[in-house]
Amino acid sequence: MLYRALSGDFPRSVVLSVVLLAILVGLAFAPFLFPGTRSLETAARICIFIALVASYDLMLGYGGIVSFAHTVFFGIGAYGVALATANLGRGFDALLIGSLTGAVVAAVLALLVALFSLRVRAIFFAMITLAVASAVAVLVSQLSSITGGEDGLNLLIPRELTPAVKFAEERFLGVRLNGKLLNYYLVFFGSLALFLVLLRVVNSPFGRVLQAIRENDFRAEAIGYRVVIYRTVATCIAAVVASLAGSLFAIWLRYVGPDTTLSLEIMIDILLMVVIGGMGTMYGAVIGATLFVIAQNYLQNLMGAASEMTAAVPLLPHLLNPDRWLLWLGVLFVLSVYFFPTGVVGRLRGRA
Amino acid sequence: METTATTTTTTAALETSDLTVRFGGHVAVNRVSCRFTPGEVTAIVGPNGAGKTTYFNLISGQIAASEGTVHLDGADITRMPVAERTRLGIGRAFQLTNLFPNLSVLENVRLVIQARRHRGFSLLSIADRQVALIEEAHEVLGAVKLEDQAAQKVTELSHGDQRKLEVALLMALDPRVYMFDEPTAGMSVDEAPVLLDLIAGLKADTGRTILLVEHKMDVIRSLADRIVVLHNGKLAADGAPDEVIASDVVQEAYLGRSAVDA
Repeated sequence: MLYRALSGDFPRSVVLSVVLLAILVGLAFAPFLFPGTRSLETAARICIFIALVASYDLMLGYGGIVSFAHTVFFGIGAYGVALATANLGRGFDALLIGSLTGAVVAAVLALLVALFSLRVRAIFFAMITLAVASAVAVLVSQLSSITGGEDGLNLLIPRELTPAVKFAEERFLGVRLNGKLLNYYLVFFGSLALFLVLLRVVNSPFGRVLQAIRENDFRAEAIGYRVVIYRTVATCIAAVVASLAGSLFAIWLRYVGPDTTLSLEIMIDILLMVVIGGMGTMYGAVIGATLFVIAQNYLQNLMGAASEMTAAVPLLPHLLNPDRWLLWLGVLFVLSVYFFPTGVVGRLRGRA
Repeated sequence: METTATTTTTTAALETSDLTVRFGGHVAVNRVSCRFTPGEVTAIVGPNGAGKTTYFNLISGQIAASEGTVHLDGADITRMPVAERTRLGIGRAFQLTNLFPNLSVLENVRLVIQARRHRGFSLLSIADRQVALIEEAHEVLGAVKLEDQAAQKVTELSHGDQRKLEVALLMALDPRVYMFDEPTAGMSVDEAPVLLDLIAGLKADTGRTILLVEHKMDVIRSLADRIVVLHNGKLAADGAPDEVIASDVVQEAYLGRSAVDA
């Protein structure tokens, strides 16, 4: 049962197993363990980024494909749902149609980009994806009559997914049983399912071919694998998962805009999460996304507290000023990449 | 069949006609026409830079021919991509070890068997559960005496074991045309016989066409039915081992005695 769920790919390290289990439990019971709007926002964001980063790891860590267009697919899913609700109205059918249409569009775009550019060398592919990402971002901000431009779009989601609907008057373990809670579990189980599917894909015969191509594409071709086709399929799968994650994100936020899905900053965040967690491990996506999103959301608070505590000491309070949180985030990344070149997961597995 | 003049010969499994490749002004392989029949081991010899490996690359498809053709069982494969040729039955082991370094020894072989059985697009099954493929991979590893290293990463193997694995990948592919490029290069004296026995075993299976680039004369004498000599990219001699080795052209090409002018 567990073997099938994890596709035979166990964490292979006691520490890693404990950490992963803690993250799973933490996210599964987040509304009860960490009450409050902000912590729930953080938990939902972690869930979605785990799926998004894992899909990127399928390309980068397993396929050795460097793409900067992953946010485009994320955005397609998000805008797909937004446009579907705008046109079809409030309802679960609109969400489903929007998500599926987004996934199909993402797959087709990935197919086009891959077929046109995966034949060329990796660096050119990376540059083409960068161009596609910029083009889409410009397009979305210019076509404001459809996409809402820089302002983005608000989503009309079913009331059952909003705080307005209460399923019970009583609180359960101090938590209101409302639509927001249901929405969170849609995000949680949706992301979990996407992650487990990806874990299966990387451990399938197909996933092994991708690893072979990453290791030695020349020989992979010589033993009979059409490298271009495998890379193309991997790109399409990653695009579909990213798109579905984007749909979940839009449903959760009830909003979609260039800043939440398409910006280059998010692309860089994804890259950092993969690298920090550990490329080519899938579990790295879990660790990377969790660490990164928590740091993004709470480092500032932590520093504010630290700054006050050290108020008596010269210089230190200035260094720890909450306004400088980005600087420290950067320092943390440099250190983590320096000390964990194979990512947190690679390091933990290496010791085991 | 396709040529009228030599209808007496058996159907060529593999045939090159006027095969030529130019790199800039340099003609690396120059109008080489040769046919290789099943059940025959052909040693391809020649001094360094004679074009032996380039000739191999043209046959297996890593390099595109400038002129001439390659036919497999009468079908023109000159413009076919590498993977397609492999699927049609051309298998190649490389001179410089060319493996999947960070995967296990077993996984290297398993990937080849998976390719041969066209299982690569299975997306939702678990690779480690495909018992038949894994068993077959173990058998191949047994044949090259690498069972004990099955779980190791390729990077942990000794040079000799990497050479064995290189050959094991070709064995796992089980092609109709086997192309060995100096299979025993850099191997110790006690390791090499394992591979030579394997090639001798393949020879017993008459359906196979075997091409062997080799320098060691003792290996050639014990395995080859025929020797093809390449010199400066041209076909310099072609015939039974004894005749070819004794001929002037080989003496010149191989021993570099350019003074021996006919």
